[in-house]
Order: sequence, then structure tokens, then C-alpha cells
Amino acid sequence: MNAGLVAIEASGLGMRYRRGWALQECSFRLPAGRVCGLVGPNGAGKSTLLSLAAGFGEASAGRLRVFGADPRTRQAREQVGYLAQNKPLYPRMTVTDTLRMGRELNRANWDQRRAEGIVRAGDVPLHARAGSLSGGQRTRLALALCFGKRPRMLMLDEPMADLDPLVRHEMTALLMAEAAEYGTTVLTSTHTLPELEGVCDYLLVLADGRVRMAGEADELAAAHSLVVGALPAADSGQQRKDGAATGPVLPSALDPHTVVEAQVTGRQFSALVRRGAPLPEGPAWSVSEPSMEQLLLSYLRSPEAPALLMPSADLPEMPAAQLKDHAA
Amino acid sequence: MDVIKYHIERRSGVSTYMQIVQQTKQALRVGTLVPGDRLPTAKEVVEATAINPHTVLKAYRELENEGLVELQPGRGTFVRRGLGNPGASDSPLRGELAEWMRRAAESGLEAEDVTALFDACRTEIFSPDRA
Repeated sequence: MNAGLVAIEASGLGMRYRRGWALQECSFRLPAGRVCGLVGPNGAGKSTLLSLAAGFGEASAGRLRVFGADPRTRQAREQVGYLAQNKPLYPRMTVTDTLRMGRELNRANWDQRRAEGIVRAGDVPLHARAGSLSGGQRTRLALALCFGKRPRMLMLDEPMADLDPLVRHEMTALLMAEAAEYGTTVLTSTHTLPELEGVCDYLLVLADGRVRMAGEADELAAAHSLVVGALPAADSGQQRKDGAATGPVLPSALDPHTVVEAQVTGRQFSALVRRGAPLPEGPAWSVSEPSMEQLLLSYLRSPEAPALLMPSADLPEMPAAQLKDHAA
Repeated sequence: MDVIKYHIERRSGVSTYMQIVQQTKQALRVGTLVPGDRLPTAKEVVEATAINPHTVLKAYRELENEGLVELQPGRGTFVRRGLGNPGASDSPLRGELAEWMRRAAESGLEAEDVTALFDACRTEIFSPDRA
């Protein structure tokens, strides 16, 4: 679906607030039709990226495009549904009036049946005021507002944060069903990793305002191996003599690979590596594919490991002159 | 009317798409899915399981590659053929395995030893590159 189309393209994107850079030198592509998890610790720049892509605020540096358009233009805004972290709703407005407002604000392509269907499916009382709804009902109403717009891309900022597991499952199912039916691109931020497993087919990982990893979730995992084994006898002696300052001395068989993170416990080592060559099981170690959670944790714990962008997420280097779109 | 319902265990260590493939095959083996049945649509599956729709399609494509189902554009995904049931109590393979396990028990092996031995042999035969 939507093969070849790009939903978001950032090149050299930077955003500076008074307290410093929230985003810095971010370059990536999000292909259309993906369900992408935007992951990173608190303060990584997730909300900043989402609000910029939704057309709020002006980037301090670099360039951002949403379906090829400047996100602040009407053309881009009409294609995007954005659910901010606090799920802004007017508390005194009833559910019916909230949907009416959605229709007024999006006359061009409002889909009343779809919006109402989402609300009704959750037994949300239509005459209740938004302020009196439960957390799950509020999220449902806010999602209905987003989906009623018939966006090509839906951007959600920590949508499940305050929901119980049952409602979380229900909302995720709703989101996935919409993506299945309309091929909607979804970009959803979270800092709870398990929320992603099985949901996202694409990942964008931020840390300290920079892109750490981007690409197809299964390919990212498959590009790495988790190696667990015994340290070579001589090396482990050396390790003990030198102390922790030199870092673990890993078997030389790991040399062709990029070690993202390594831990040594007694005579055992475990290393998460990005393979540079085939990596077979060895006499003294076993090789397995890391889970998404292991992979993310390793990258987030290892800021010095080089960033990894899969070809579909990478964009060619551009001359600096072309990046001056929002030059600081 | 749904003919199969998938149960996705997110933390099982088995990938989501493989869980769908395995559960479909299991249903084909025990006969709860028979040729001509229509598998649920991606939308129906994700509404129930809250997983990514591409994952469902990936599983269905895998099943199609194995000749078990057929994707008919605009109509759905249909079961083409069932899977034999090697676990039937009268099958010779099962009889031989049961006989082997009796001998293993007599020679003092515990259930865990048998499992380890079984897994080692299975790896050797079915995925020799991982041995």
C-alpha cells in the first residue's frame, strides 16, 4: 500500500528551545503506509518531532516535509491527524458537540459516520460532557476526532499512557483496524517498549534529540545478534587484571561486527552486535536474534554506538545549501 | 462466522506472524479448518488481537507459499488443503516414537532428558545449519 510514497522526510532537522536543542541534526524518512513506533526516553525529542510534523511551531534548523509539503501549510495539515499527549478536548462540550466541532473544522473531508462509529462502538454516551468521560472514553473521542478527518497519517503522542490494559488493547485494536482498512500511516510515540511488540512494523528511535535507529522493525532485529558465551580464558584473566576501565575483552571472532553493547559477568559475556558478516555459533558461545525490547534497550544504553538507518529510512546526504529552508 | 480465532502471546518469544502461521497449521492438523474455509480478514484479526495488519498478511502469504491457503483478491483468503494428522493414535510413526520413549524410560532417562534428546535430533535433521 502507498508503495514508494514518503509520509515524513526530515533532513538536518533541529529544534531549539531556551533550555537547549530538543532535536538536532535529525535526518530520516518514514515511508507511507507504515505503523511506526516513535521510541525514546523522556526528553528525547519525541513530542517536539510530532508537534513540528503536525504543523505547530517552526523548526530552528533543517527541513521537514509531510507528504512532500511544509507541515505548516494547509495542504499538509489536512492530511494529518494529531493527538497531543494531553488529548485536548473541551471539557464542557458534549460528545455530540465535539464531533460537530470536528465536522466544522474539517469540512473538506469529514467522515461523520466513521467518527460516530468509533464513539458508539465504545458505548460513549453522546450527551455526556467530555470532561465527565473516563480516560478510555476520552481517548476514544479524541481518536474519533482524528479519524473523522480521514487523515493519511495519524500521529499520536503517548496515546495509551493513562489507560488500563483492557482499554489499551481495545484502542490499539481500533487503531490497527483503521490502518488495515484505509492504509493509514501511523506514527505513535511511547516509552513503554512492550506496547510496541506486534503492533509496529517500523521504528524510529530518538535519544537526546538525535535519531538512533530507523527502519523496518523485523529487519532491524534481524540485523543484530545476541551473543552469549564464555570469555576466552586468557582474556578473562587480563580482564580481571586491567579492571573495568578497559572494557570487556571479547573473543576476537566478534571483531568483524559492531558491538553495540557488551556486558561481562564473571567468565561469561553477552554482547549485542550488529553483524558485519555471517556470525555462526561458536564452540563457546551461542547466537540468537534479540527481541525488539533487548535491541532498543541496548541502543538507548549505548549512546556511543553508531546510529543505524535502514535504506528505506535513510536519505542521501544533501548539500548544506538545500537545508537552509529553516536556517537558524 | 469465524472459523478460527488467533491467540497472540506477545511475550512468548515466538514472533507474532509465526504464531499465526503455527495456529493456522495446528487448526489444519486437527481439522478445525478444512479446505474451502475462509480465514478472517486482516481487519477482523487485528480488531480482536490488536496486532499490526501487515503481520497478518505476512503470515497469510507464508501460508500461501506453502500451498495451504489461497489469497483471492477482493474475496479473501481460503484454505486450499488440510494437513495430515501424524499424531493420530494408529499412525506407525507415533507407535515407533512411543516405543522409543518406553525404551528411554527403561534406560533411566527423565522426561527432560528425553525432550533435550528429541530437540537435539530434530535440529540435526530439520535445521542442520543451526546445529
